[in-house]
Amino acid sequence: MENIRNQIKNFFLRILNIPFAFLMHAIDLIMWPVQKIIGVKNMPYIFLLPNLIFFGLFVIIPLGANFFFSLSSGDELLFTERELPTTKQYDQLFDCESYLNPNTCTEDFFWRGVYNTIFFVVFQVGLMIFFSVLTAVILNKKIIGRGFFRSVFFFPVLLSPVVVGLIWQWILLKNGAFNAIIESYGGDKVSFLTDPSWAMASVIFVSIWAHMGFYTLIVLAGLQAIPPNLYEAAEMDGTSRERIFFRITLPLLMPNLLVVFILASIKGVQTFDEIYVLTGGGPGTSTSLIVQYIFTTGFASSGSVQNFGLAAAASMVLGVVLLFLTLMQLYFSRNKESKHQEI
Amino acid sequence: MSETTSRIIKIATKKRYKNKYHWTDYFSYFYLFLGVLLMFGPVVWLGLSSLKTLAGIQEYPPTILPLSQIQVDVEGYDKPLPIFNVTQEDGSVKQLAQIKRIGINAKMVDPLNPEETVKVPIDKREKIREFKIQWENYVDPLRKYDFLLYFKNSTFITVVATIITLIINSMAAYALSIYEFRGKNFALVFVIGTLLIPLTIILVPVFYVVANFGMINSLWGVILPGAATPTGVFLLRQYMLTLPRELIEAARMDHASEWAIYWRVVLPLSIPAIAVLAIFSIMWRWNDFLWPLIVLSKSEVYTLQIGLNAFHGELTSQWNYVLSMTMVTLLPIAIIFAYLQKFITTGIASTGMK
Repeated sequence: MENIRNQIKNFFLRILNIPFAFLMHAIDLIMWPVQKIIGVKNMPYIFLLPNLIFFGLFVIIPLGANFFFSLSSGDELLFTERELPTTKQYDQLFDCESYLNPNTCTEDFFWRGVYNTIFFVVFQVGLMIFFSVLTAVILNKKIIGRGFFRSVFFFPVLLSPVVVGLIWQWILLKNGAFNAIIESYGGDKVSFLTDPSWAMASVIFVSIWAHMGFYTLIVLAGLQAIPPNLYEAAEMDGTSRERIFFRITLPLLMPNLLVVFILASIKGVQTFDEIYVLTGGGPGTSTSLIVQYIFTTGFASSGSVQNFGLAAAASMVLGVVLLFLTLMQLYFSRNKESKHQEI
Repeated sequence: MSETTSRIIKIATKKRYKNKYHWTDYFSYFYLFLGVLLMFGPVVWLGLSSLKTLAGIQEYPPTILPLSQIQVDVEGYDKPLPIFNVTQEDGSVKQLAQIKRIGINAKMVDPLNPEETVKVPIDKREKIREFKIQWENYVDPLRKYDFLLYFKNSTFITVVATIITLIINSMAAYALSIYEFRGKNFALVFVIGTLLIPLTIILVPVFYVVANFGMINSLWGVILPGAATPTGVFLLRQYMLTLPRELIEAARMDHASEWAIYWRVVLPLSIPAIAVLAIFSIMWRWNDFLWPLIVLSKSEVYTLQIGLNAFHGELTSQWNYVLSMTMVTLLPIAIIFAYLQKFITTGIASTGMK
């Protein structure tokens, strides 16, 4: 039976292989003369070329162009139609009487986005790390049905932001399942998504729900890397479980948590899609973050002119924040590696 | 072995926690139970509710199973009316259809005798339900709206983009792992560099580049910008570095061209890494939202994600269709996950990316 199934599988794989082999042979007809002309030594450049062209076109050139857009003004997307150079966008972006009060800024929407992002990232990342560690520690125990529980906690990671947003928008409706549960326990209905004081909390909750599995997985990998003989030794000494956790598990997990912290911050700062589907940044501006501002000013301003320059300038500000976080990540992950080598 | 030493060994190896439940064990199971409810519950709830009628979805408090109220056509009324069991003053129970609700009373009519209407206090009536699966929720949007087209667009983007990504990434990885050449380190740093630049900070200029190629509102405008992934190059390169060099040398001795070595020797040996990248790429592309949202503004090129979002925006009250289409959107990924769960989780744990 197994044999027949394998034969069928191989048969289909072979059929699938035909167009692939055909394509590869066809490319070889070009590559062979190329190799004859430039020599084996220069072949790696040919192999690198397609990828580098894509990187150049869609990453490197845009990065340079972003500077240009942010430093030029005008309503046109074409380079030649824009006025150069100007710091107008940055002036406008940073034009505030007091940076602590978004209402005094010309671009109050941007500054609200900045403060919302800070608030969002602090709570989302903090709570997410707490729950990831808790979940990972529990999933690392010898429990019944461990595989099942692991996949349950991981599952939401694979859902698209639109799906996550719609599911939760519907559950958090005023007449939704959550309110039905609350009422059945004698509570009052809550407008989770339309009450400004609740909207941010709901958004943070949903975003943790959607991404926690990913970080749990990383923490779990870190937990499994802790040498089991440490636990055995502690157990033999009769150390209490609480003490084992705080004296062995947590300290050895620290380098891992640092990476999780920075990774989650990098992702958190760029959060857009779930919130866009869930609340659209509202009510008012209470859940709109920086990327929402970039998107709205650059692409979705209804009626008024799309302001590419302003969006580009805001992107640059976001870029600086991300650069800082990424450098931190590189620094710490390098530290982590060198520590591993020492052990 | 003397008796004392064996006793010492016994004491030393005795498991302290064996057969003894610690409070953390109880807490663990409680937490896991709550976790299953919270993580998996919404999706199950979505699946069940997508089979309800619109009236059943809007019911509050909601029922768990797709139970819908039976409705009957009554002469003289345009719409079918919902039926209730009504307890009458003498204690008998009678089936009546409700015309409308007025405050605490309901205006009802006997379906057998449609001339006469009666007023009934609402706490005296009880809904008559039946188990009914509303397959129309799934069929109607595919027929009446363009969801089949969105599905096709999403599939096209996912398949083509994944193929392009696999080919060009594996080519670059091959060059960076097998050869020594001038500028190799520069190329490596270049690739790392692109890893640091997420799409969100170059939205405007990438849009400019795509617009220059005339790819706005074209599926290629979605496929091409993300085709070269630095993570993919790295993943494949790390794997290809472990391949034995003798194989490549042997192939060269046999006068294989470099291209033939790439696709006949290195690619087949790298299948595990390529499979991981393929799954990631499928996930990224299928779930992608922000970039398609910017590039695609005409409904005939919408992907499933964009279409679903737009559909929800237009028809906020049509939750039955929104829920069923959400289900359709998440199903392919759920199926892939069910089959390749271990593969995906180890892939993520070993690369630290998603």
